[in-house]
Amino acid sequence: MTAIDEAITRAHHEEWARVVASLTKRFGDLDIAEDAAAEAFAIAVERWPADGVPPNPGAWLTTTANRKAIDRIRRENKRDDKHQEAHALYDDNPAEPLGAVDDDRLRLIFTCCHPALAMESRMALTLRMVGGLTVPEIARAFLVQETAIGQRITRAKAKIKAARIPYRVPSADDLPTRVSGVLAVLYLVFNEGYLASGADTDPVRAELTAEAIRLTRLIRVLLPADGEVAGLLALMLLIEARRDARVSGGGELVTLDEQDRTGWDTTLIAEGHELMRERLASGLAPGRYQILAAINAVHTSVQDARDTDWSQVVALYDQLVRLDASPIVALNRAVAVAELDGPNVALAAVDDLDASLAGYHPYHATRADLLRRLGRAAEARAAYDRSIELAGNTAEIAYLTRRRDELG
Amino acid sequence: MQYLVSVIDDKDNPGSTDRQPAISVFNERLIAEGYWVFAGGLADTDAATVIDNRGEQAVFSDGPFVETKEYLAGVWVWEAPDLDVALALATEASKVCDRKIEVRPFL
Repeated sequence: MTAIDEAITRAHHEEWARVVASLTKRFGDLDIAEDAAAEAFAIAVERWPADGVPPNPGAWLTTTANRKAIDRIRRENKRDDKHQEAHALYDDNPAEPLGAVDDDRLRLIFTCCHPALAMESRMALTLRMVGGLTVPEIARAFLVQETAIGQRITRAKAKIKAARIPYRVPSADDLPTRVSGVLAVLYLVFNEGYLASGADTDPVRAELTAEAIRLTRLIRVLLPADGEVAGLLALMLLIEARRDARVSGGGELVTLDEQDRTGWDTTLIAEGHELMRERLASGLAPGRYQILAAINAVHTSVQDARDTDWSQVVALYDQLVRLDASPIVALNRAVAVAELDGPNVALAAVDDLDASLAGYHPYHATRADLLRRLGRAAEARAAYDRSIELAGNTAEIAYLTRRRDELG
Repeated sequence: MQYLVSVIDDKDNPGSTDRQPAISVFNERLIAEGYWVFAGGLADTDAATVIDNRGEQAVFSDGPFVETKEYLAGVWVWEAPDLDVALALATEASKVCDRKIEVRPFL
């Protein structure tokens, strides 16, 4: 990659959301903002190699995008005199000072993750408008047709406009719920990358995990005092740190106890642990993401799986159950209980979940593993079969198949 | 911005029938706070008549334009600055009416 390419990529990462956000504020229209931002970056790709990278790429891109937006509004006004965006042409407000622009990015995030939009639309819209991914990139990441992603984004923008979803940071009363809505979108994006499903896809789609982390970092910069934002970032970092060790050279899932821990990314782990120490020091009760991150911090603080402090892990799951009494949390708790109290105790807890988790492949995979450890081979085989049927991740299917075939 | 706020009832699982006093109190508040434009409860869908005069002759048919388990039981029109305000009111309205609520913007 040449220095110019790098400068363009960096500007895209650092400035895309800022440009879209400030244009949306100025013109009150996501379509105009998106198109003008895309045009400005296209012009940068064309001009910067010849003219050199401008001293302030962000300001250059914003100015260029503003000019493109005004051109478009002028063109549309010629076609339609009473176009309601006419006021934008006569908007002589000076450009926003830099401090306020950061708030615009937060506005943009809350608008894209608005609860009146379908979850799928929120993910696609956030990746496009905040992340700056192109429609083909998003389509590839979610294994969906480009036209479907394009329509999803178009419909979401149309609803924002028609129903007047506000371009605003929610009030203090609504903020915790709305922040957790934003985090849910980012966590889903991350998981779609981390637990990629689909027969013809890589088991891990790093572009999605990386993008989710990048956007969570951005929200952390914008909402530094929010414990759950820090918790989600720590959680993602501690999972991402194990990415390379998690899939073998042969494309098979490697479970936590069998991973080569020298293959873990120590920088990401250190950053995740630092975030968790900061949260502990705050003395505030942790939310769901912070507890999940703490569990991952326990795992990533020992070099040998046999040294894992399982009583600490079970205690954290107990804390999580009090916040979220879902059967999935109970299932994960049982996995830790197996290490602390043995597979028999864990199996009893898992069997209680049959009614609610019969269609969830990790339920059958967990049962299969416990039955295997108890020497109940026939039952284990049936459970492996069921989990293989339901699983979508290629590395996981390979792992479960090998385990089943090893039952003999 | 005006929103059509539809109260949706379910023939198989109707909301409770004792909500009128609470709805009246809620309406008073909508008026006092400047959101109220119009409100009205609707008679049963059996009382509806559909008229189609797109052809040569008007055709009247008895009953609603579409028979569904869920149906429109009443409507409001609210004036609200944006969807967040409308959704916050609708969240209360659903509780007050003991029914689902649809919020839909006017063009």
